[in-house]
Amino acid sequence: MAAKTLIINGKHVSAEENATILEAATEAGISIPTLCHLDGVYDAGACRLCLVEVAGISKLLPACTTKVAEGMDVSTDTERLRKYRRMTLELLFAERNHVCAVCVSNNHCELQTLAYSQGMEHVRFEYRFPKWEVDNTHALFGMDHNRCILCTRCVRVCWHIEGAGTKNESGRGAKERIITDLNQPWGASDTCTNCGKCVMACPTGALFYKGSTVSEMERDRSKLEFIVTAREKKQWIASE
Amino acid sequence: MVIDDLIAIAEQERAARKKYVIRCCLAAGCMSSNSKGVKEALDVAVKEAGLENDVEVRGVGCMKLCCQGPLVQIDGDGQGATVRIEGNPQGPLYQRVTPEDAASLVATLKGGKTNVQRGDPAQPFFTNQVSIVLANSGIVDPERIESYIAADGYQALHDVLREMTPKDVVEAMIKSGLRGRGGAGYPTGLKWATVAKTPGNQKYVICNADEGDPGAFMDRSVLESDPHSVLEGMAIGAYAVGANQGFIYVRAEYPLAISRLQNAIKQAKQKELLGSGVFESPFNFNIDVRIGAGAFVCGEETALMSSVEGKRGSPRPRPPFPAERGLWSSPTLINNVETFANVPPIFRKGPEWFAGIGTEKSKGTKVFALAGRITNTGLLEVPMGTTLREIVEKMGGGAPDGRKIKAVQTGGPSGGCIPAEALDTPVDYDSLVKLGSIMGSGGMIVMDDTSRMVDVARFFMEFCMDESCGKCIPCRAGTVQMYHLLNKILEGKATPRDLEQLESLCDLVKNTSLCGLGQTAPNPVLSTLRFFRKEYTDLLKEDVYAGPKTDDPGQTNGGPKPEALLPVT
Repeated sequence: MAAKTLIINGKHVSAEENATILEAATEAGISIPTLCHLDGVYDAGACRLCLVEVAGISKLLPACTTKVAEGMDVSTDTERLRKYRRMTLELLFAERNHVCAVCVSNNHCELQTLAYSQGMEHVRFEYRFPKWEVDNTHALFGMDHNRCILCTRCVRVCWHIEGAGTKNESGRGAKERIITDLNQPWGASDTCTNCGKCVMACPTGALFYKGSTVSEMERDRSKLEFIVTAREKKQWIASE
Repeated sequence: MVIDDLIAIAEQERAARKKYVIRCCLAAGCMSSNSKGVKEALDVAVKEAGLENDVEVRGVGCMKLCCQGPLVQIDGDGQGATVRIEGNPQGPLYQRVTPEDAASLVATLKGGKTNVQRGDPAQPFFTNQVSIVLANSGIVDPERIESYIAADGYQALHDVLREMTPKDVVEAMIKSGLRGRGGAGYPTGLKWATVAKTPGNQKYVICNADEGDPGAFMDRSVLESDPHSVLEGMAIGAYAVGANQGFIYVRAEYPLAISRLQNAIKQAKQKELLGSGVFESPFNFNIDVRIGAGAFVCGEETALMSSVEGKRGSPRPRPPFPAERGLWSSPTLINNVETFANVPPIFRKGPEWFAGIGTEKSKGTKVFALAGRITNTGLLEVPMGTTLREIVEKMGGGAPDGRKIKAVQTGGPSGGCIPAEALDTPVDYDSLVKLGSIMGSGGMIVMDDTSRMVDVARFFMEFCMDESCGKCIPCRAGTVQMYHLLNKILEGKATPRDLEQLESLCDLVKNTSLCGLGQTAPNPVLSTLRFFRKEYTDLLKEDVYAGPKTDDPGQTNGGPKPEALLPVT
């Protein structure tokens, strides 16, 4: 396989022939912000945060889906790109309900981390505050549509890694949402294999494990008593 | 089917022509004012007058002056099917015909009189048209393949298959200078050449008939009036690029176009003009119709292909372009209805003839759907380079009720508003782009001095917001915020900073959206801001927090900075 040499932010970088700009940059230790990209799953090119400038091309190109070319001169961190990234993140924050302090993913959220790293201090757009439902019908997992950013990672892992095809998109524009099967409650799904890959893939608090988060968390105190009692009565020693 | 069979059908059809042909428009525009009833009444009247042997009542496609429908025109000897009427209809034209008028119209053939409103076929609306795409529209019967064959139909396909190599066909297309009629104006010959050169055992041809711009009905009219010209154009394209399967993607809102297409495909298959071994050559080609489900974004080519594949119609990043990786990852040629309809005439009359029409960089003609505040609403085809003034004032008859034309909107939600001062601009791809608009697929909405431009911008923004597929963030969330800001401006609640924020959002959505829908969604706002900025600023109120301005436009929306709250001295 032939290698390609390109320039990223003024630095000469070599990359494998079929690599994307994102892969080449990551390998060279240059970080490009991403949100819908997930290693191991095919890319959608949807979030537009990884847009980069390529010399000689007037359009901005998504680093996750654009293949490297010989002599390509890529800039990943210009003033213009930083401005666009910050605005895009603000649009996301204003779109649904992203209040970190009360979120199950607080401090473990890619959206939050990105906002910090891109210097997003506040949101200049008016919050839309839509009222979306929370689907808590599944025995193990929950989905809060208010925190969904429609990156479709869950849909892609469900179809292409698990192969179950449970998660889908429905509606369009601001009314788009992630659905289960043909818009059934998650708990009623016949196709869901309870694998949890969608929860692993979710960048925000939209998909979560039940019972482990904030107010839901239940502590099993009876277990302590059970252990002490069992020890005292020597219940674990096999009788002769 | 060999060429002799084709000629025989044409001759038979011409010989069967009766003394008089009463043409009655059966396209969707006239149908909506009961032209079907008129046609049936005419049939009955002819029978009652005992004129069956002398008179043919022919249901035809669009007769162009839609606002005066239903339209009926009577041709005498030597006209109609055998003679191509180049944008110059002959014979008396009747407008706003009702079924009750039928008897008196038929009576005129026997020297009787009628009170039905006469139209003027000699008005500039008709005489300034140059018909290539619409040459058969309103003349041939779209439900009968014989009618199209009698108008030299399918001869170009024969000549191409039997006398030209695919390479010759591509070269002829390049020579013709035809550019894509879907809006962007990509050179058609170049696209064909790319698909032809891309290796692949399986290739596809797609006709994009998902016409969705508000106020546009050119493609619908072509499909309803002359479906075979599109099929013939697709077959020629398929031969040039090496495809054996075609799809026409029509929106479900066009039931008449769908049924005429399906009927045309059936007839072409029966006559062996589609299928295996067309004209006894090794060329095989089938066409299937795919019906859209009401999403505007499916007019975008990658979303359209995804929809044809049976998936959700959402776009994907390009490159790879469809020519390289299209339908089911195969090389795919995708062109618009009007583009394909241009192909048979190019091969019938030669690429040099076609290249002789229009301007240096935009060849041929363009069909426009004229709508809005205009006297003559309807369909017109003019050579590229015709000025907007000629189209809207001379041919369109200006604004009704003696009002003044204020602006012309071209290109639908992706286009822009051209002010009346720029009406002398020639209509071609590049001039319109310079004015911040686009040629688009051909919708032309005229506004008079009663229209408020901020309202117009809001209308198109609402359209884009509703039609955004939701895949990429700038288009999905950005259009919502822009719509919200436009509403705020119209309600008189916005400040200069809101306008700045609107402009910075325009910049973001235009430059970072994934597909053409988002990339062009700000155009109506940008072009009205460019030419009618005062209408925006007149609606603004003073900024109560006249604090220090930041470098970053719209910084205040998250709340004023503390020092901004201090009284201004």
